[in-house]
Formats: sequence, structure tokens, C-alpha cells
Amino acid sequence: MIKAILIFNNHGKPRLIRFYQYFAEDMQQQIIRETFHLVSKRDDNVCNFLEGGSLIGGSDYKLIYRHYATLYFVFCVDSSESELGILDLIQVFVETLDKCFENVCELDLIFHMDKVHYILQEVVMGGMVLETNMNEIVAQVEVQNRMEKSESHMERMLLRRHLEPLSPHSHELG
Amino acid sequence: MSPGTAMIRAIRSARTQCEERGVIQRECAAIRAQFRQADNGGRSHNLAKLLYVHMLGYPAHFGQMECVRMIASPRYSEKRVGYLGAMMLLDEKQDASLLITNSIKNDLSHSNQYVQSLALCTLACMGSAEMCRDLAPEIDRLLRASNSYIKKKAALCAVHIVRKVHDLGELFAPAARSLLAEKNHGVLHGAVVLIIELCERNPETLERFRKTVPDLVQIMKGLVLSGYSPEHDVAGISDPFLQVRILRLLRILGHNNEGASDAMNDLLAQVATNTDSTKTVGNAVLYETVLTVLDIKSESGLRVLAVNILGRFLLNNDRNIRYIAMTSLQKIVGTDHNAVQRHRGTIVDCLKDQDASVKRRALELSLALVSASNVRSMMKELLLFLSSCPAELKAHAASGIFNAAERYAPSQRWHIDTILHVLTTAGGDVRDETVPNLIQLITNASELHCYTVHKLYRALLTDISQQSLVQVACWCIGEYGDLLLRGECQETEAVQVHADDVLDALETVLQSHITRITDNVDRIRSIVSIYGSCIDVELQQRAVEYNALFKKYDHMRAAVLERMPVIEKNSPGHTNGESAGEAIKDIQPAKIKQGEPLLPPQPANQVHYIDTDA
Repeated sequence: MIKAILIFNNHGKPRLIRFYQYFAEDMQQQIIRETFHLVSKRDDNVCNFLEGGSLIGGSDYKLIYRHYATLYFVFCVDSSESELGILDLIQVFVETLDKCFENVCELDLIFHMDKVHYILQEVVMGGMVLETNMNEIVAQVEVQNRMEKSESHMERMLLRRHLEPLSPHSHELG
Repeated sequence: MSPGTAMIRAIRSARTQCEERGVIQRECAAIRAQFRQADNGGRSHNLAKLLYVHMLGYPAHFGQMECVRMIASPRYSEKRVGYLGAMMLLDEKQDASLLITNSIKNDLSHSNQYVQSLALCTLACMGSAEMCRDLAPEIDRLLRASNSYIKKKAALCAVHIVRKVHDLGELFAPAARSLLAEKNHGVLHGAVVLIIELCERNPETLERFRKTVPDLVQIMKGLVLSGYSPEHDVAGISDPFLQVRILRLLRILGHNNEGASDAMNDLLAQVATNTDSTKTVGNAVLYETVLTVLDIKSESGLRVLAVNILGRFLLNNDRNIRYIAMTSLQKIVGTDHNAVQRHRGTIVDCLKDQDASVKRRALELSLALVSASNVRSMMKELLLFLSSCPAELKAHAASGIFNAAERYAPSQRWHIDTILHVLTTAGGDVRDETVPNLIQLITNASELHCYTVHKLYRALLTDISQQSLVQVACWCIGEYGDLLLRGECQETEAVQVHADDVLDALETVLQSHITRITDNVDRIRSIVSIYGSCIDVELQQRAVEYNALFKKYDHMRAAVLERMPVIEKNSPGHTNGESAGEAIKDIQPAKIKQGEPLLPPQPANQVHYIDTDA
């Protein structure tokens, strides 16, 4: 089980936070700080596994992370997940983001946090791995985005119809 | 520009924490005002803004009711952000979460599968036990009769339900079983996760699912041996994630069960030999195969193959692979000792690895692999390691070496040499109880008293900074000082040691344990009397006692100052009061830090955002 997914930048500023177990708000921020503290001190050619910090609880939990440019992607998992598998999953997630945002960078995560959540929801659900096929994930995300767009488009159309004065032609008929 | 963008830009342009707080307060006030207004078409944007603020750590509880309203909205865009908000801001302990139960129930049977999926996701994240009990039959229905997109989500939702309400496992077992016939990999994966959960919770369910081993083997065969399948291919491996998950289930089913283990033996051998280990995804599958082989009742040939794969992993360039290989080898070094011994050379080489966590693992393994036949060569490596290992590992390494030396020492002299080596290299990091243990060892090696005291004396002359070394050395000089002065020794070259030199040495250590040297009594007395008025209470006490012994009790002195009897282990008062360490202030031995050692950061490489090799 994945207990939390944290994405923060090189200065510890959170870019995406997803907890799959309830933590009070201040606890969440403390966990973010502690995780950043642990992960940022790691040399870049050290292994990507850390026995978990004490806050996120328990000896069974590990932090598995990857560092891409200005962002750390950290998954906090228990022993039911394969460590190498999670490393690969992080890669899949990042590549998916890249496909959805076209050369994704930190700014995309900042300005489209909700979209990133929706993408993540197609990969991990309830702390469990849901889908790992990148094309499948991207396809589903695109369908849902289109749905949202067309819904708002429809509404704007209806609104315009409602507010437009009747055309001169229809008035003068007869 | 969306309203969210404007707000985020405003927050980012704040130059101080205080300024940021100000911006956020203003924005939250605006959002709160918007929430109170009637439907204005921009509701989803406001909630999204609030969630951003929440991520930065600011309070957002006033948005909880808005989430509830949004979830009940007919608009997909509002439902979407409403459910997201619920998962971020609510948990089952809050009253507001009860209010969304009805929405979830309705949305689970919505005509739009994406609305259904939102409800499933939310239920799987924060469904309370009551909600789970209430909606379980609906989930079971979805498991059986819906499209793959919904089925895979329903499967994981079922896992959550079973975790919340254990008895409901029985409800889902049949559906889980039939899902194994699905072709869609997402559904298969979800099914396997569900079955794992059911088996782990209930031994009877586990028993029943053992019958699925042949089906699972078939699925794996299809994945491993099938031709290239573009939709599932990841660097030449067909759906490695699914393979890993199935291997995990096989491990659970085969554990402690001959029949099941037999049924999967061939497959495991096939996967182990056919999987391409040059890519990382291949290694994930190989590793899971190894773990499964080692955890079930596998044939010995297969076990050796598995350990060899671990041995190969130790040579891999990727540190992650080396690290997990070490972890696994550590787990099996007790049960498959001989197989692991074959890789001793590689393990010992890992003592020189740059990664401190790999080093630590290598140390543990190396210590576990020391045996009577390899103790000399292993000890050489370990002592070499000790001289250059990171500070936080020194104490552990030292005590590990002592234990190994005690168990497998080929000779007493070797043993003492080893101990001396450790004391001179890492004497400051040696644990407190080691000193009396060593003294006990030395007293037992009676033929070597002369040799030992000579070596210790020489060590003392060169370096008095290592506390344990000094303690042991002083004690020995005290006990065997006469042997030291005798000048000849079978094991070492003859060196004339003068009493004065010895006294100088001891004086530098502020010691006065000098019972054997009968000349120079006056000098001894004068040194001792100095400490009669020492501030340190213990020193003063000892000094006064000795002084008294010199002055008055001539008839008793010889008896009192006889050689210490050989100390027996576990005898009361084992930490003998004659320990020569009183003058040296007690220094706390270095403790091993919990968790991994922290290395100083190096400038981050400019890593291309996406690794070019998948």
C-alpha cells in the first residue's frame, strides 16, 4: 500500500500532496518537512530508498523517491509494494505527465495542480496501484478533460442563446 | 487567464512568508464570499483555488461544505473537483463526510462511467465502515457486470472495503475468482491485488485460492513467453507490473505448501532464466521471482539459481539493485548460508561501496558470513573496513569484529592481535562492556601475558587518545608490569623497558595502579600522595587508600596486592573495581544513528527531465 505521494521542489515547497491515510493538516505539513529534510540531503548517486521517517509511522514503511530536475517525487510505501516496481511506477507517472503537459516542468504542476491530481487518480487509487499502462492513462484523462470542456462549452452556448436578442429576421416575418 | 492562475501568481510574487500569508488571507476571504453566493458558474475554480492554498499548509476547513454541495451538483466539472476536495479535506471522522454518502451511492449507478469512477475513487479513499457495509453489494455488482474501466476500480474499492470490514471478504471472493479470466491487464491487476488482500486476511480463503495457482501460472506464461505485444510492452517486457503482482500472489499461495510450490516451480525457473536483466523493469520482475522462490518450498536447484541472481545483482551498476540484493541476502543468510557464502567475495567488495546504506548492509552480511574456515581473510577485510568506515558504523563494526573473533579465533595470539588492532583503530568507538570482556580474555590467555603487556605498552606509548585501549593497557601494565620490566618475551623481540619509562607513561595517563614495581616506591608514593588532595573524589579516595596501604599495612600488603584471579565470565562484580579507568572522564561511546547516514549534498546533476532509458 502507498501511504502518501509527495512532490516538492528543491527548496521543499510542496507541489502535489496526496495522503492515502488520514493525517491532520499540521501533521501533513510536518511530514512534508521531515521528508524533504531526509531526501534533500541525499547525494545524487545514492540508492533511492530510505527507511521511512518516524512521523509517517512504523518500521514497515519506506520512502522511495526520484529526483527530476527541480522536483522530488516521493512515494511512501509499505512492504507489500515492490521497491523496484514503485521506482518504475514513478517513472511511468512522470512520463504520463510529460505526455499530458508536453515537456512537463515544475510550472505546470504549480498552475495545474488539480489536473495533476486527476492524472494521478488514474494511476493510484486508495493507496493502491490502479493502472500502469501509460497510453491507457493518458487516453482516459483526455476523455475526461474533453467532457469537462464540452460541458462548459455547452453551458456557454446555452447562456448566449438565452441572452441574445431575437434576430431581426424572426421578428419581421409574417 | 483562469482565476486560479491570477491567485497563484499573486502568491508566488510574495517575497516573504508574511507577505504570502497576507495574500492568502485576502484570497481566502474572497473565496469564502464566493462560496456564500448563489451558483455563479465559477464554483469549481474557487474550490480548486482553495485546494491549492490547502496544499501550502493554510487552513481550508471552511471549504468542506462546498465540497458536499459540489459533489451533489449535476455538472461533471463540479463533481470532479468536489470529490477531489472531499478526499483532501474530509475524513470519515468529520460530520460533513456523512453528507456525501448519499451522493456516492447515487453516483455509483450513474449513467456516465466517469461519474461512477469518481464515486468509486472517493469510496476507496475515505469510505467509513458504515458506508462500506452499505455499498458493498453495489461494488460486488460492479465487479461482475460493467466495463473494464469500472471493474478495475471496483476491485480496488473492494480491497478498501475488506480492510474496513473484514467479514465482507467472503462477499467478494467469488467475483475475484472470476475476474482472473479477464483479458484486460488493469482488471487482472486489480483482481490480483484483491485476491492478495483476501488471502492475507483469511486462511480459509487462502486455502480456496490455492486452486487458482494453475490459472495464475498460465497467465504468467502468456506474459513471459508471448510474442511482442505493443500495448503492454515496457522495454521488451510484457506488463512487468502485472508480472510482479502475480508473483507476489504466487508467493503467498506457495508459502509453506508443497503442492502449490510444485505447481509453480517450472514457471519460476522459466521467468528467472528468460527475463532480460539488462533493463530496470526486467530486474523488478527478476527480483520478485527471487523473493518468491526463496519464500516457498522450492527445489534446491531453484534456490541456488535465485541466490545466484542476487549475487549477479550485487555486481549491477545500479545502486538500488545492489541495495535490495543485500537486503534479501541478509534475510536468507541463516537459511541458505552456503549459497550466500559463494558470493562472499562480492559482498566483501561492497564494503568499499560509496553508498553508506550499501556499506552498512555489506557490513551486516560480512559479519554473518564469518566462519571458522574464512575467519583470517574475512577479518583482514573487516579490519581494513574499520579503519576507513563512516563514524556511525564504527561501534557496530567493532563489536561485530569482537564477536566474530571470539567465536572463530584460530589462536589466542591472533585473537589478542585482532583486539589490539581494533582498539588502536577504533578504541574510542568501542562499547563500554567490551573492556571488562577483553580483560577477562587476556587473563585467561596466561601464556600470552608477557606478549600482551608488551604490545599494549607499546601501543600506549604511541597513542593515549583511545579510551578503551588506555584502560586495558593500564590494567595490564598494572597486573603484569613485572613481566614488562623483565624485558624478555618469547613472542616479541626483547626490549629493555625501564621502570622510569613505564612510570612516565602511566603518569601521562594519570594513573597510579602500580602494585608490582617494587623499586621506586618513593616516587610512587609521591605521585600517589599528590592525588590525596585531588578534586576528583574517586581519585582522592583511591590515593588515600593506597597511601594507607603503603604506610601501615605491611603485613597485609603482599596478600592484598596479589595477582588478580582469572575473571570468570558472568561472575558478580564482573566490572572489577580495579579497572584503571577512573581518572579518565567517562566518554559516551558513539551510538549508531537511527536511519540512514546523511551524506553532504553535492551539486545536483542537470538531469534531463525524463530518463532516456525507460
